[in-house]
Amino acid sequence: MTTAPDSFLERAPLELRDWAVQLLPGPLQWLAHHLITVVAILAVFGLFFAFTTIAERKLLARLQNRLGPNRTGLPKFSILPWHLKHTLFGLSQPFADAVKALTKEDIVPAAADHFLHFLAPVIVVAFSLMTFAVLPFGREYLPVDLDAALLYFFAAGAATELAIFMAGWSSRNKYSLLAAMRALAQLISYELPLILSVVPVVLVTGTLSTKAIVLSQGYWIFGFLPHWFVFTPWGFAGFIIFLIAALAESNRSPFDLPEAESELVAGHLTEYSGFKYALFFMAEYFGLTALSGLGVTLFLGGWQAPFPFLEFIPSYLWFMMKLIGMIMFFIWVRGTLLRLRIDQLTRLAWQFLVPLALLNVGNAAFWVLTTHWAGPLQLVRWGVSLVIVILPFFFLGRSLSAGYAPRTYRYAP
Amino acid sequence: MSCSDFNDLDAELTAFGHPGGSSVRAVHDQFHGDLLEVSMGPQHPSTHGVFRMVATLDGEQIVKLKPVFGYLHRNHEKIAENTTYLGSMPYTDRLDYLCSMSTNWAYALAVEKLSGQAVPDRAQYLRIIMAELTRLVNHACLVGFLFNDLGTSFTPLLYAFREREKIIDLFEALSGSRMMCNYQRFGGCRVDPTPEWLAAARTLVENFPRFLDEYERMLTGNEIMLARTQGIGRLDPAHAVNAGLTGPVLRASGVDYDLRKVDGYGFYPRFDFRVPLGAQGDTYDRYMLRILEMRESVKILVQAFRDLPGGPIMDPKAKLRSFRPKAGEAYGRLEGPKGELGFYLISDGTPNPYRYRVRPPSLINLTLLEEMCLGHTIADAVVILGSIDIVLGEVDR
Amino acid sequence: MLGSGIINGLIVTAKNFVGSYHDPKRMVTVEYPEQRTVLPENYRNFPFLISENATDPMGTLRCVACQICEKECPPQCIIIEKSKDKKPDASGKPQLYPAVFGIDTSVCMSCQICVEVCPFDAIKMDQVFEIAATDRFHDLFLTREKLAKPNSYYHQIHPTEAAEVDGRLNTERKAAEEKAKAAAAAKAAAAAAKSVPVAGVADPGPASPRPATPIQPASAPAAPATSPVPKPQDEPRSSPAGEGGPANPAS
Repeated sequence: MTTAPDSFLERAPLELRDWAVQLLPGPLQWLAHHLITVVAILAVFGLFFAFTTIAERKLLARLQNRLGPNRTGLPKFSILPWHLKHTLFGLSQPFADAVKALTKEDIVPAAADHFLHFLAPVIVVAFSLMTFAVLPFGREYLPVDLDAALLYFFAAGAATELAIFMAGWSSRNKYSLLAAMRALAQLISYELPLILSVVPVVLVTGTLSTKAIVLSQGYWIFGFLPHWFVFTPWGFAGFIIFLIAALAESNRSPFDLPEAESELVAGHLTEYSGFKYALFFMAEYFGLTALSGLGVTLFLGGWQAPFPFLEFIPSYLWFMMKLIGMIMFFIWVRGTLLRLRIDQLTRLAWQFLVPLALLNVGNAAFWVLTTHWAGPLQLVRWGVSLVIVILPFFFLGRSLSAGYAPRTYRYAP
Repeated sequence: MSCSDFNDLDAELTAFGHPGGSSVRAVHDQFHGDLLEVSMGPQHPSTHGVFRMVATLDGEQIVKLKPVFGYLHRNHEKIAENTTYLGSMPYTDRLDYLCSMSTNWAYALAVEKLSGQAVPDRAQYLRIIMAELTRLVNHACLVGFLFNDLGTSFTPLLYAFREREKIIDLFEALSGSRMMCNYQRFGGCRVDPTPEWLAAARTLVENFPRFLDEYERMLTGNEIMLARTQGIGRLDPAHAVNAGLTGPVLRASGVDYDLRKVDGYGFYPRFDFRVPLGAQGDTYDRYMLRILEMRESVKILVQAFRDLPGGPIMDPKAKLRSFRPKAGEAYGRLEGPKGELGFYLISDGTPNPYRYRVRPPSLINLTLLEEMCLGHTIADAVVILGSIDIVLGEVDR
Repeated sequence: MLGSGIINGLIVTAKNFVGSYHDPKRMVTVEYPEQRTVLPENYRNFPFLISENATDPMGTLRCVACQICEKECPPQCIIIEKSKDKKPDASGKPQLYPAVFGIDTSVCMSCQICVEVCPFDAIKMDQVFEIAATDRFHDLFLTREKLAKPNSYYHQIHPTEAAEVDGRLNTERKAAEEKAKAAAAAKAAAAAAKSVPVAGVADPGPASPRPATPIQPASAPAAPATSPVPKPQDEPRSSPAGEGGPANPAS
């Protein structure tokens, strides 16, 4: 087995950075070190955002038996052969979209609060980018190793909802205002299950540092099975709750109430156009990417390979693959599900997710207490833990869906 | 909002017999909030055209809703009074542009009643085939759009459109146009389908239940779908009958009234089919009734293809040009996909009708929109509107 | 159990996702400018005028400017002006022709009623749908010159219908010819007696949409697809076109 940290590909980006940094005089080296990290994140996730949009459009299209965008090629002056230039599977679509967004007229309603209207997209992008600081993208790729990384992540993530409220309020549009109210209700409801779903991980690992959390998932059961938290009963339940809450936090279908297209036209984005609109769009995807990244870090073993023999692939690629997998799942969900109503949304959070998440914390506590159980007791441990997950799910689910059932119909005599 | 305003509103709500009135008041008294008036439409993604709802909201709850229409008024009836009987036929395509075939038939039915024109057997069967294919098109579209209103990202709509496309292609191959078919004539049909066309239509109809199964599997049992539609927009049967509602909206409330059975126009009495009835009259019933009606339509179509007789498709006595029915009046109606579609004609013996009046099911089904929406949220209002199934071309005429 | 309906839905969309890559029945999309579907034969969009002869479209229009379509057109998009003079038609009978024939395609609703009411089979529905234009007044108003298309084109787009129409027309023309011959013979026979009035007055000729009944079975298998224009009609047609052709654009 090759030891991954030593492989060239694993080290290459770091070596490149160190080489660039040492070219500069001493006092500037610290600054350059961090600037390069920031620029790298902006570049990588900027591109990642661009290709997520095209991937979303193409995947949704395929789910809907369409072809999706496949026309945008390269500009005339590129040196590629003609047919590649003109098709390229539509992969340059996001760049065309960006040019379009940049060149469009920026319309601000006369009655709007101009300053807040301008500030909202700036804040939403800034805060959603800040969450990337604490995600471990690879073995050695953690921009800031905070002790309270998770705390920081949720603080920065929740601030984006503030910007959405700002956008809705400052637009002076009734649809936007309704959307802003919905966004706040959603934030209050879903921040709780989101954080509670993470608590078991913290409880088991005993740390808030993302780096330590990944490392604690880093050994193999029987020498080949990954020890990811998602493969434990409490971890699985936590992961599902996390997924649902993450969908709600990033305002994705089926929780896209703030910009509910069929009800509120475009919600808080109704009065935004051009590049400001694009910024909101970007922030939504950044938020989604960051939350997916957190989910990967907490439950899917972070940057680690699923099997020992696959460790030769660099850790950051594993992280990316898992991230793409999560985002594709979100796109799949978006292509299938319909939207909840605002009261149902809060009801789902308070009557279903929060109790489940609380019980799951207890489940994790039980898991920690029984770490030393071995042999047949190990089976008992799994059984009890599974029961703690399944029984509440069953009963809470039944009470949640009480009164709703498919019906049978009679026919006229 | 002043106190007297609120008393008015409360009185209005209780006058409608709506239980939500008192609870709305309780909420209002507690928070002393203002009401918000939102004008949805005429440019709104889910008002199905240029329809406008002026909704007064308390939070997200609707306390008052005023439907406003007329943005698509095209003077249909007056134009028809100034053109020949045949000349109005293509205009009827534009009434309910999703189901031109059955609108054509309704008009032809009225004129045939007026002039006593006979219709050959084959044409009668073809008309039933076209009308039921139209019902499939309309209901498939409706459920697709309903799910779009419920917030899906177009997936169910595009699945529905995939199937609709196949039927519309058949219409194009037969009549020459995908939506504006202009197919029926007084005394028969315009084009005789070829055997290949009939074979293609038969395979399509036989495969249609597979699409319905897929659709139902995807969405009917979906928990979000159940929660969003069950108990939403209840309509009690007495109200529905009093307002003159017809079609699936009425039957969803449990009233057994289907003109195919009641009037038995055309050759419908020869066919074996059932009329599904809802129990609660909510949005879910209205949705499911469309699905069940599509299944019944498939049954009718299978029988029609089996029994389709040979022979001419036009009555030899039918006149195309200089058609002058004798003075008199007639009302022809049929069970369109959206409800009772009727044409009332008065002839004074000239080539143009003296009076021409359409009874559009969309418009009349829309009259109870406020009734259904009161006490629900704005998100539900959109869904209820979607479940009524309106086409603005027919509402505004 | 809660969630089973949602999972079912996810399975259906996943099936459609996979199916979209290998099942052409699911993928109904056509990439339009490169790929095209075959238009059905009955497809219609805007009317065109049939001329018997491709080389001289203006001189050989079937239209006799009877103005029935102008009257029957529901949105009133047809404008016809009758000619002052007469030209012989396909069967050699002198007929009026349209000095002006215009269809405003921005008004036309493609209902095909003009085609149905035309007793001369002179106007038919076209299948050209790529008619985007930059000027709605000039480009969308189709004049006689733009509307005229030869009979062979009609055979191309609506083969079965055209065959039927040609068969019927040939029958009528033959009937008219034989009648004329018979009339001529009768005239010659009775020349001395100088009895009968001119046959042409009673002759239903090509003006009737239905073939004259007595001589119908004689020419039932009239070969339609190969030579749409029967020989004898070309001769009288071409000569008046010489005068009519240059005169028309001026009007």
